[in-house]
Amino acid sequence: MSRVLIFTRFERFWHWTQAVLVFGLLFTGFALHGTHAWIAYDTALRAHIVLAWSVIGLWAFAIFWHVTTGEWRQYVPTSRGLPVVALYYAYGIFSGETKPFVSTPAAKHNPLQRMAYFGFKAVLAPALWMSGLLLLFYAAWRPTALGAALPLAWVAYVHVAAAFGLMVFLIGHIYMAATTGHPWYAYLKSMITGYNEAAVAPPGAERDSYTPQVERRPEP
Amino acid sequence: MTAPSWLAFALAAALACFPVVATADAVAGAPVADDTPVPAPPTPTRTTTADHSKFEQLQGPFRSGPEVTEACLGCHTEAASQVHGSVHWNWRYEHPTTGQTLGKRHALNNLCLGIVGSYERCASCHVGYGWQDEHFDFSAQNKVDCLVCHDRTGTYEKFPTGAGHPAYEDTMFRGRMFEAVDLAQVAQNVGQTSRATCGSCHFHSGGGDAVKHGDLDSSLLAPSRVVDVHMSPEGLDFNCSTCHEFSGHDQAGSRYLVTAVPQHGIAVPGRESDRPACQSCHGDTPHARGIHDKLNQHAELMACQTCHVPEIARGGLATKTLWDWSTAGRRNEAGVPVVERDDEGQIIYDGMKGDFEWRENYPPIYRWFDGTMRYTEVGEPIDPSRPVDINRPEGEPRRNGARSTGARIWPFKVLEGHQPYDEAHQHIVVPRLFGRDETAYWRGYDWNRAIEAGMAEARRVGQTDAEFSGRHGFVETRMYWPVTHMVAPAEMALSCEACHTVGGRLEGLAGVYIPGRDRHPLIEGLGWLAVFFTLLGVLGHGLMRAVMAMHRRRPQPAASAGDET
Repeated sequence: MSRVLIFTRFERFWHWTQAVLVFGLLFTGFALHGTHAWIAYDTALRAHIVLAWSVIGLWAFAIFWHVTTGEWRQYVPTSRGLPVVALYYAYGIFSGETKPFVSTPAAKHNPLQRMAYFGFKAVLAPALWMSGLLLLFYAAWRPTALGAALPLAWVAYVHVAAAFGLMVFLIGHIYMAATTGHPWYAYLKSMITGYNEAAVAPPGAERDSYTPQVERRPEP
Repeated sequence: MTAPSWLAFALAAALACFPVVATADAVAGAPVADDTPVPAPPTPTRTTTADHSKFEQLQGPFRSGPEVTEACLGCHTEAASQVHGSVHWNWRYEHPTTGQTLGKRHALNNLCLGIVGSYERCASCHVGYGWQDEHFDFSAQNKVDCLVCHDRTGTYEKFPTGAGHPAYEDTMFRGRMFEAVDLAQVAQNVGQTSRATCGSCHFHSGGGDAVKHGDLDSSLLAPSRVVDVHMSPEGLDFNCSTCHEFSGHDQAGSRYLVTAVPQHGIAVPGRESDRPACQSCHGDTPHARGIHDKLNQHAELMACQTCHVPEIARGGLATKTLWDWSTAGRRNEAGVPVVERDDEGQIIYDGMKGDFEWRENYPPIYRWFDGTMRYTEVGEPIDPSRPVDINRPEGEPRRNGARSTGARIWPFKVLEGHQPYDEAHQHIVVPRLFGRDETAYWRGYDWNRAIEAGMAEARRVGQTDAEFSGRHGFVETRMYWPVTHMVAPAEMALSCEACHTVGGRLEGLAGVYIPGRDRHPLIEGLGWLAVFFTLLGVLGHGLMRAVMAMHRRRPQPAASAGDET
């Protein structure tokens, strides 16, 4: 069984740091929202702000990395193969069918993942950080024309709604990514070690698997 | 690599990241150090250049207060005319915003209701002598009472029903002996005002210690640091006049026009200032910025007192929260008003005054307030089917986008009352409570006669044109008293979650979005529903996979390849 490096050191650092920050943000954020009172409010606020700046900084690095390496293409949504993968999760997975997708360095994510991650990056994350920055700097824009046009409550509604969206994403993501590999923990493992030991499809997999063509990608 | 070893690695990596949160707290949470040495208060001997006991004019003997005043005026030639210009003397205040004529001579209240006709009793808190009827001469210099404010002996006390005079011979009042005052002794020991002199009226306003305000009572004579960080001898040992500065016998600070939204920052000599506002000393940004500066930003929307005076009546003395006049009048067989006390000795019923309720150390209520108090006036139409606000803090939060001044959130003590009104004309009336004939309520115990006499006097002095129909009822009323004294040490200020929570102190206060209190019901409902169904979905999906896998693992003719689960 050959080992193929799927996730580079940076990607793993980025993923897991972001995971910790996002969990911290959700925990402190729902404290600020009044959903729980497991930590003091001012502690929650300070932690939320530090975590938010950390994740924004991390994103800045990640965006730079994705742009310079061309890896951003991994997240361009595609409809090719989407029905097959969707069908697999809806049906084939129960009867033990072989997964119709194999991760390769050229195509790390199946079409369903591409769609989900693109949604996170293009909708949820910007909604969160833009509304979050507005909340943080409310005192600065309240006396301006923006303050007259945009009620604070609306900004908060967007922030909270996006946080609910984030939770939905996380639940789905953790379930799919941590338990639906072969063996069940294969994806989780490759996100930690970087390697995918099943990169060479198991016998019989080639027949069913669908590997999308990755658009122009510079050779590593 | 086996599964357990990389799982352990993942856990360790995750845990290693968590100190990020803890460090954030430690960095930002550093409180402002408050260990600057507090200078000892100056002693009178070092600040005054005159020893009044050496003055020939003050050797006495004096037979009355006005004689002492005449002696004072021999040197302090302008003092009386200065006092004549003050609200302490005139009990009249022309409100610049509402145009209402207020002051004790005109404003209603729901304690003793109003002063008309009861001057002899009410004047025990007037800085004058002899206000016993409407003919009192407000231009008489020797009628100014210098001693009630400048006494340093603690022996000078106005007699409750003496029209402003102290007891010149030993006299009993409701079971308490008022000893004859030694006027020469008091005159020779005059000095600056003190917590005791101001407190002789302001701590006892409303008819007794702690009754009216909830943030002013005799506990402030020598409060602990916890009760009042500024006035405590363990703290800064402030007098009232440290903040309520006097200039020419005219003091800073008014409860009719409160400096609710100070604009002038720190009070610099020679510049306009907002003293006695907190900002006059603390500035506009007294909190450590931290990483978000949210506390200083709160000051744009909230009075300092909202967080820094966390409770009402913190000094150990309960304040009156209800005064129900409708039950007054019960007397025993001898005709003496009945007095009932609770287990702690607090009067809960007085035949002269009705039922009382008291409370100490309890949260204020909060309202937007721009400093303007609007009063319901005698004769003004009311709706008796609902509680009538005798006074009402005015103001709306400032509009966003405008750098205009608006209101801030202020704490208030609410005093609830039931007080007489004219059932036919539907307006509040003032009865005459105290007097020497049977028309006074405390002699005849006849509301209609007392109201008739009170309203006649109110018309005579120009308080109202309203007539009394002869039919009285009792209407529920409320008064709002701004809470501003008894400032707690910083560490006792309200925490964020006092308001940033559902059901917190600002529950129901409109005009501002408060994180932790406010939420959009639809977003909240759909959000949790989505989370719930996603969770249900993955659990169902996972369970089905597990069941199917177990099913497949049973001995079967041909297991498919790749089925490792």
